[in-house]
Amino acid sequence: MSNLLDLLIAGLATGAIYALVAVGFTLLWQTSQTINFAQGEFVMLPAFLMLAAMHVGAPFWLAILLGILLSLILLGLGFKLLLVDPMLRHGVLPLAIATMALAIGLKEAVKQFFSAEASPFPSIIPAGDISILGRTVSLQSIGVLVLAIAVVVALTTLLNRSSIGHQMQAAAQNPTVARIIGVPVERMILLTFLINAFLVAIASLLITPIYLAKFSSGEVLGQAAFIAAIVGGFNQVRGAIAGGLLIGVVDNLAAAYVSTQYRAAVPMILLIAIILFRPQGLMGRAEERTV
Amino acid sequence: MTRSRILSLALGIAVVIALIVIPQGFNRYGLFILSQWAVMSIAAMGLNLTLGYAGQVSLAQGAFVGIGAYAAAIMTTQGYPLIGALPVAIILCFAVGWILGYPALRVQHHYLAFVTLAFSTLAFLVFRNEDWLTKGIYGISNIPRPHVFGFATNRPLPFYYVCLGSLGIVTFMVWWLIRSPWGRAFVALRENPVRALSLGIDTRRYTLMAFAIGSALGGIAGTLYAPLTQYVDPVPFNLSLSLDLLMMVIVGGSGFFFGPFLGAMIAVLLPEWMRDFTGGYYLMFYAAAVILLLIYSPSGILGILDRFLTERRTKTASAMRAVAKAKLETAP
Repeated sequence: MSNLLDLLIAGLATGAIYALVAVGFTLLWQTSQTINFAQGEFVMLPAFLMLAAMHVGAPFWLAILLGILLSLILLGLGFKLLLVDPMLRHGVLPLAIATMALAIGLKEAVKQFFSAEASPFPSIIPAGDISILGRTVSLQSIGVLVLAIAVVVALTTLLNRSSIGHQMQAAAQNPTVARIIGVPVERMILLTFLINAFLVAIASLLITPIYLAKFSSGEVLGQAAFIAAIVGGFNQVRGAIAGGLLIGVVDNLAAAYVSTQYRAAVPMILLIAIILFRPQGLMGRAEERTV
Repeated sequence: MTRSRILSLALGIAVVIALIVIPQGFNRYGLFILSQWAVMSIAAMGLNLTLGYAGQVSLAQGAFVGIGAYAAAIMTTQGYPLIGALPVAIILCFAVGWILGYPALRVQHHYLAFVTLAFSTLAFLVFRNEDWLTKGIYGISNIPRPHVFGFATNRPLPFYYVCLGSLGIVTFMVWWLIRSPWGRAFVALRENPVRALSLGIDTRRYTLMAFAIGSALGGIAGTLYAPLTQYVDPVPFNLSLSLDLLMMVIVGGSGFFFGPFLGAMIAVLLPEWMRDFTGGYYLMFYAAAVILLLIYSPSGILGILDRFLTERRTKTASAMRAVAKAKLETAP
């Protein structure tokens, strides 16, 4: 049974990162009907921005700051102004395809300008083990879990407790009414793009030391985050969090107890089952269909 | 109207003759790329049925190409002729597509996209892990090319004609299908499912049908893909092929009959052509080109043409109205 505890902690740690990425994904969907197929690449890129900063001589902490800042500018502001805004009125599908093309572009850009090889990435969490309940657990897993949960808690507090958070929720749920009661809807939408950019930068910082920085590492991560978002409920932030943690744990348990070959299939089967029996997700609201 | 019909017919014949004559001077690689274009056009045409005509987003078309390719690879290396593998691939893809259509009855839009995405991943895992059937990551090599009417098509040029001929046959069949009552029911389904239902269209059956026929076309493309590359492994049939095919349909112009041909041209030929003068950066330029095109015309390339033609027609009509009005006013 002690093995189970290790698996659970490791699963929760990756799950918490999935949750970060999935939360951003649902925020974009809620406020601007954007399905971002480049979300995985959005997680891949900040690590390379940080690595690039370190290559020109910046110390690690400065590289992190620069990476987050550049991520806010490129993946938040730039993404919204250059890609989403001109395409939004054309509907969901062309925009989704454009983000697929963006994913190809980001991958290729990193491959060309940086490296096609995987690069190591320093961890902000010191290596080592600590003992919990008589078991030694890697500090890395615990640290990732704690940091990711801290970010998520801070975000949900912002959304549920602050005035800005309430305005954001109003803008997401009913833009027209929100506008009437004086919510600056456009600014709130921009804010969600910036939050997404911040979340992917943090996720990048946490996950890259574990899986190395590679131009193609966004594919798997993006897919896991999508599944997490859908399993939990496409239109609910807390759903995305629950979905992320669930997928992380299920994935780890499947690798240990089902088969390593089909581990990727287990979250998929979970996904199909949930879509068939509860299409709105575990915690989602059903969306009304209009005639 | 008749003049424009004659014009488009002439254009069509010119394109077909060009596709037959010009590649005779191509080298091995050029012929391979063109054959690939023909194969991908078939698969994209299938997806266009599902997406463009029946309005169901599928991210599994690449998996059906994979099923077709593996059916062809396994059967032809066992000594069966390719023409024997074709019905197996069609029936298999049709059946799986039909089953995959069931979630489409329950969920819509993005949810459906994710069900098909899940299927895509599952299919990839089966290709990779069921060694006894698919030889796993090592893949199946030495896939023979077929004999057509007694002619061997081992060389690139004859096999290109096999691909082109298949594309022609499939094009004609789909053209016929879309003009049939079935095709009209598909369009009704896309435009407004609830209204279609109220008009007495059995939306359940037609949704499943659109999925199944679209998938079967993916299977046909797969049976050509296997002898084209003569080697089949799981990697080409991962999710990115499904995404590429979806991109082809949207970029060409979803819901336009010739959209998939142009989309496949963009996705298969454009990167290769760009590679010549942009070196390693070609995929970046390609991505930028796709994004710019979609920003400019979200209904794809044929959307631009369609808009242009509609504008011209409106202009001619209003000019004629003005003339008529002027005549009325100057009349005594």
